[in-house]
Amino acid sequence: MYAFEIERPATIEEAVRALSAEEAQPLAGGQTLIPTLKQRLAMPSVLVSLTGISGLRGIRTDEGGQLCIGASTTHAEVAAGAGVFPGLATMAGRIGDPAVRNRGTMGGSLANNDPSACYPAAALGAGATIVTDRREIAADDFFQGMFDTALDEGEIITEVRFPVPAASAYAKFEQPASRFALVGAFVARFPGGVRVAITGASEGGVFRWAEAEEALSRDFTASALEGVSVPSGDMIGDLHGTPEYRAHLVAIMTRRAVTAAA
Amino acid sequence: MSEVTMTVNGKPARGTIEGRTLLVEFLRDTLGLTGTHVGCDTSQCGACTVHVDGKAVKSCTMFAAEADGATVDTIEGQAAPDGTLNTIQQAFQDYHGLQCGFCTPGMVMSAAALLKDTPKPTEIEVRRYLQGNICRCTGYHNIVKAILAASGQDVTGIPGEIAAE
Repeated sequence: MYAFEIERPATIEEAVRALSAEEAQPLAGGQTLIPTLKQRLAMPSVLVSLTGISGLRGIRTDEGGQLCIGASTTHAEVAAGAGVFPGLATMAGRIGDPAVRNRGTMGGSLANNDPSACYPAAALGAGATIVTDRREIAADDFFQGMFDTALDEGEIITEVRFPVPAASAYAKFEQPASRFALVGAFVARFPGGVRVAITGASEGGVFRWAEAEEALSRDFTASALEGVSVPSGDMIGDLHGTPEYRAHLVAIMTRRAVTAAA
Repeated sequence: MSEVTMTVNGKPARGTIEGRTLLVEFLRDTLGLTGTHVGCDTSQCGACTVHVDGKAVKSCTMFAAEADGATVDTIEGQAAPDGTLNTIQQAFQDYHGLQCGFCTPGMVMSAAALLKDTPKPTEIEVRRYLQGNICRCTGYHNIVKAILAASGQDVTGIPGEIAAE
């Protein structure tokens, strides 16, 4: 790793100030960033640790019934504490491995927007609201492509508010070495319709699968997806799978998620 | 450079670190606690697993600065001061839960974390919990059996490389 300083601010205001420094970068749970630093793929001058900020951790339900999760809440804490939204809790409990889940945070995963990460699918699939130190961003506007989000330089996610669906599930086809999703599908049924978010598959990162949403909003069963397919044109192709294979998996994993949720 | 203090295996510890100093480097190089191993240094293998404030973490994927003020437990703190192995360590010996022994510190620390939250795990729960711990001797059967035995459960029906007498 290149040399850098670490700051551990106690408040969001201090963190925002520290992040205004040249080449400063936020550090959440570090489960992606630290391996990246070891490979010298990032060269910050200052890492601003967000995990010491009080008030960024915890799970609550707001007056509107949304599940509000502090950005520094770990995957293990979501797995254990988000029981009112089983699809989310189960998804969090299957990220990485237990030690990774004890450090990795929801805010870190969303801000990184890895095209194969699980959390972006849950946030987009549930239609969550990403709250930052300065504004609220709908998940539909937040994810802007592989490793790209609507966050400005130095903007910090503080909380994510999830509408709790009537039924939901996440089905992940796991890449066994990395335990990231080769393809993951998050489906959520709300009174107003069904949302489907796919991770791991597209060159553009997480995306909503509109055709499946339409079919499932009419009939929330796996058989409603018969004949519904996603084009392979912008799917990822790598040594783990061709674009055609990933497109195939999108349909399969979505069906599995619907079966699990129904 | 900055100063950190933490409680390691029940004793106060302090040292000077760089921002980029990993927790495992602080434990091994500054404190001389070389029982915590670095197998892969890429967060995959779990040989560096320690407990920070009671939670199992990969000490190669956490900065020492982040553990400032924390309570850290390592493999060196598992046995009694006179060297008597704890229940998990003794089960690893009884059930031949180690071959080369390189992954063992991480396996024992993961097992300790599991049994703290789940005192009587099923075999599947043990195997799931060990997803982040790799044994390159592939001695998993006996590791799983040792952990189940350490939980006080009957392991006579659990497959293993050898039967403990």
